[in-house]
Amino acid sequence: MAPYHRPETLSDALGLLAVGGAVAAAGCTDLFPATGRAALAGPVVDLTRVAEMRGIAETAEGWRLGAATRWSEVLRAPLPPAFDGLKAAAREVGSVQIQNSGTLGGNLCNASPAADGVPCLLTLGAEVELASAGGTRRLPLSDFITGVRRTALHPGEVLVALQVPAAQARGRGAFRKLGARRYLVISIAMVAARLEVSGGRIAAAALAVGACGPVATRLPAQEAALLGLAPQDAAAAVSAALLAPALSPIDDIRGGADYRIEAAVELLRRAVADLAGEGA
Amino acid sequence: MNRETAMTHLRINGQTHPVAADPARRLSDVLREDLHLRGTKVGCDAGDCGACTVLLDGAPVCACLTPMAQAEGCEIRTIEGLRGAALGALQQAFLRHGAAQCGICTPGMLMAATALLDVVPAPSEEQAREALGGVLCRCTGYGRIIAAVCDAGRALAVPRPESGQAVGAAMMRLDGIPKVDGSEIFGADHWPEDALVVRAVRSPHFAARFSFGDLEAWAGARDVRVFTAADLPGENCFGVIPPFADQPALAEGEARLRGEAVAIVVGEAGVMAALDLGDFPVNWQELAPVMDPCTAQGARPVQAGRPDNVLIRGRVVQGDAAAGLAGAAHLAEVTARTSFVEHAYIEPEAGVAWLDGDVLAIQACTQAPVMDRDDVAKVLGLAPDKVRIIPAAAGGGFGSKLDVSLQPLIGLAALKTGRPCRMVFSRTESMQSTTKRHPAQMRTRIGVDAAGRICGMEFEGSFNTGAYASWGPTVANRVPVHASGPYRTPNYRAEAVAIHTNGPIAGAFRGFGVPQAAVAQEVAYDDLAAMLGMDRLAFRRLNALAEGEASVCGQVMRGVGIGACLDALRPRWKAAQAEVAAFNAAHTGVKRGIGVASCWYGCGNTALPNPSTVRAGISRDGRLWLHQGATDIGQGSNTVIAQIFADALGVAVDEIALIGPDTALTPDCGKTSASRQTVVTGKAALLAGRALRARILERTNRAGDARISLAAGKVVVTDAQGRAEIALADLPEAGHGYVLMAEETYDPPTQPLDENGQGVPYAVYGYGAHLAEVEVDLALGMVRVVRITAAHDLGRVVNPLLALGQIEGGIAQGLGMALMEEYIPGRTENLHDYLIPTTGDMPEVEAILIEVPDPEGPLGAKGLGEHVLIPTAPAILNAIRDASGARITHIPALPHRVRAAIRESGR
Repeated sequence: MAPYHRPETLSDALGLLAVGGAVAAAGCTDLFPATGRAALAGPVVDLTRVAEMRGIAETAEGWRLGAATRWSEVLRAPLPPAFDGLKAAAREVGSVQIQNSGTLGGNLCNASPAADGVPCLLTLGAEVELASAGGTRRLPLSDFITGVRRTALHPGEVLVALQVPAAQARGRGAFRKLGARRYLVISIAMVAARLEVSGGRIAAAALAVGACGPVATRLPAQEAALLGLAPQDAAAAVSAALLAPALSPIDDIRGGADYRIEAAVELLRRAVADLAGEGA
Repeated sequence: MNRETAMTHLRINGQTHPVAADPARRLSDVLREDLHLRGTKVGCDAGDCGACTVLLDGAPVCACLTPMAQAEGCEIRTIEGLRGAALGALQQAFLRHGAAQCGICTPGMLMAATALLDVVPAPSEEQAREALGGVLCRCTGYGRIIAAVCDAGRALAVPRPESGQAVGAAMMRLDGIPKVDGSEIFGADHWPEDALVVRAVRSPHFAARFSFGDLEAWAGARDVRVFTAADLPGENCFGVIPPFADQPALAEGEARLRGEAVAIVVGEAGVMAALDLGDFPVNWQELAPVMDPCTAQGARPVQAGRPDNVLIRGRVVQGDAAAGLAGAAHLAEVTARTSFVEHAYIEPEAGVAWLDGDVLAIQACTQAPVMDRDDVAKVLGLAPDKVRIIPAAAGGGFGSKLDVSLQPLIGLAALKTGRPCRMVFSRTESMQSTTKRHPAQMRTRIGVDAAGRICGMEFEGSFNTGAYASWGPTVANRVPVHASGPYRTPNYRAEAVAIHTNGPIAGAFRGFGVPQAAVAQEVAYDDLAAMLGMDRLAFRRLNALAEGEASVCGQVMRGVGIGACLDALRPRWKAAQAEVAAFNAAHTGVKRGIGVASCWYGCGNTALPNPSTVRAGISRDGRLWLHQGATDIGQGSNTVIAQIFADALGVAVDEIALIGPDTALTPDCGKTSASRQTVVTGKAALLAGRALRARILERTNRAGDARISLAAGKVVVTDAQGRAEIALADLPEAGHGYVLMAEETYDPPTQPLDENGQGVPYAVYGYGAHLAEVEVDLALGMVRVVRITAAHDLGRVVNPLLALGQIEGGIAQGLGMALMEEYIPGRTENLHDYLIPTTGDMPEVEAILIEVPDPEGPLGAKGLGEHVLIPTAPAILNAIRDASGARITHIPALPHRVRAAIRESGR
């Protein structure tokens, strides 16, 4: 029978993973559904007790979110309004049960096109902190998720934490998800927005769309179009012409590609309007 | 920590349990298998249903997604910990509100609610809905559950009705306590310790020929045994309708649907848990599957015996439809399309088989124990009396558990090994291999005269019945009888055909095709009302069948309640119209609308016998036993039948001891299907109660209004003249070990249908109408159902609490069919791609119970179980159109379809 490890330090975890062949596990909300069996095939390295991967803290550079932080912990954490979208997304990850188990890092490493956490983290300019026995490195989140169920993780490497730079943790964030039912639903489309307003004008805009392509994506052209606008005028400036080129949605059981683009535009308008209504 | 050496200590409900188990195992599996804490249910093993919810340090998690290692050091709470000496307040509230129907989701609901109530002792409905949003229920529609959670702070005693006053009382269900304390035995919850585990090898293809490699070598190397069709001692062909029986228990040479079982593997539990079926020696030769019913006629035959892929055609013709339509002032035409719908009960099929001497006993989830017995006996080459079916509590059925699933497989394994054998389907196996609602492609044309009276109707429906017959013939026969709706329809021609494909087997699902047909008809009725410029409700009222009028089958209808149902909606219809107008004047991006639709539904088999026999006896010790053979799959027959019987005999319900539908103990009450149990078994119970009463009164020579009660060793009868006793010790045995006994059979009187479908298909019909109020997000095509007012004519309301549960639950399934449920073979074989409504999707439901007595039904009662979902989908579709202009005829009305239809409407 294969071993099950619960290391408490990152160096122990990396040592165990360096051997190769081990499964890195956290909330297990994606690992268990992927097997019909009663047990995870091992060896298993359970990362949920690794101190360096736990908790949310403000640092000199900004905010550090441990990869083994569970979604319900995100929801309860004292975070600035820029993270309001991430908190809204936390409420939409599966169910309360899933939020109590599933982790931030798992959501990213699973690399589903419909991962609820990704659009908001993109609008926060998040970077991933990766570690292996050979050392650590940082990547922008947009470079970390490389495709459907694909990431830049090397064998033996672990996603340790997310770093949100202080400069990006400003303003206010929003999140909107569209699904065919109220709870426990996979997105047809979802959007995240973060606006910084200064002197009654949008000084910075970060926008992202998920479930409309293999990987969630920022929308630089649309973001640029919002700069300098009064927040209440921003929704009207959201347009399919600016969004569509950034998206590559598929037709699937949840909706057609055209509908997804149309929905993404509408959701983004509403997310931006939400922020304008809240005084961004 | 290391798996070889680990002894884990789990703190569960305040006690420490040492467990020597793989730390990487699902906590749900450890609780159930190793610790015998089987109150925690497993519905999907994927976090999609929440049935396995337990609390870890107060936080709800899915035990199926939690490795045991992560529970170590936590305080684990399970359903078994909720009950002390007495039920907890929340559990009592669940009973009081009728929040548990089948009970399979109840432990998960209770645990999720406990987590909420620990933090918020008096939650709002919104808080309760959010806290329970991760637990799926397929029976209740959530309304009673939310009510119970919000009312858990009150401790209320609910008195049981007195003798003679049971019928009409909103009694709590008699079998409710095990459902709320976790002790109910569902199919997967009981097995002898030495039971072997059975798994099936299934076709990954929709259609394929196959041959086996060296089975013996494969099995020998793994210390398991393999059985195939060649091992079946009987006739490898079963089916719910014997003349159409065509389904093998294990496929022979050709698999006709994805998920069809071709072999079983049997072994010790530990071996089976680790066994990989991926290298099972079977060679597949994939065939081009026949998937589209439109082109199936003329394609490769799915079954050699039915070369044109037509299973059956059904028709009802009255008058001259073409002439009626030719003379119409207005004509509506609708083509409509529906999808495969999955029953999605939260309990996947499960059961255990063992040999008791020369009798094969099978305890499994079922809706039809006697049919199971006969099919198992046939396939296994046994005499029917050598098979005993003991129904486990069914964790939802809705039609799919009428057909045998695992029963012949575990029976074969037990016969061959001589050991008890158990099996639990995975969620995927359950969804792949068991029946679905028939997808329908329908075209209807309906005409009215200038005054708005229906003057003719044509209906053609093609129903994709999948690979095997199952209940396809029933659908093809029921649909033409019901496609008119409960409306006066002269000049009628309705034809239905059931077409074989290599899709999943379409069988029985709450309504047998009638919910699909109602979509076409009720959408056309809105078209007609618009052409006439008539109020849509008034148009339906004008055409509603009236007492003594003839149906499309030429049957003179009695106890017709549709007019009363439509009238009951009128006040809300008027108020809602005004509210909608005000709302829409104030909103631009979202619009509200209302819609109405009706139902009628004949109770019991279509023009075929379907008797129920009820036995009741008093034993020498003075106990009263009711052999209640109607399988209670959550709908409440254990309670309703007892209520009817209690009043007929003249005793209090509490004096009755129930014996369930065990084929060795209880006479046949038929299947729990076709909304027949309250009507047919209820009538048999009424007759049995009256017969037993007559026997008691005869012996004591007391008046007809005497009161009967039971005491130790005696029956006491009291009337105006005084009190008399029957000393039971003095009586000879009257049969079956009883000293006083009655057994009565009731078969509803029907007449065969002729070649034009004319006759008396059903003895009793029930009626209903729904008013849906919806809100449509015009830009996104999202629909939110705000409120449904549901008027149902039950003839006589036996139990208003259970009736409300049926109505809310039926509406949930109708809402799901209307808005989100679409089973796509090979693509949605789980509960995250196949969506059913959650707590957050249900509208406010106002139920209006109407009593237009039926002259044939027991005490006037009619069926309700299937009626309740028939009007829901068309009422919602009509409301969507009222709100947005979108005329939806392809369901489910997913957001992208609604958005496209809004665009087409030009609004």
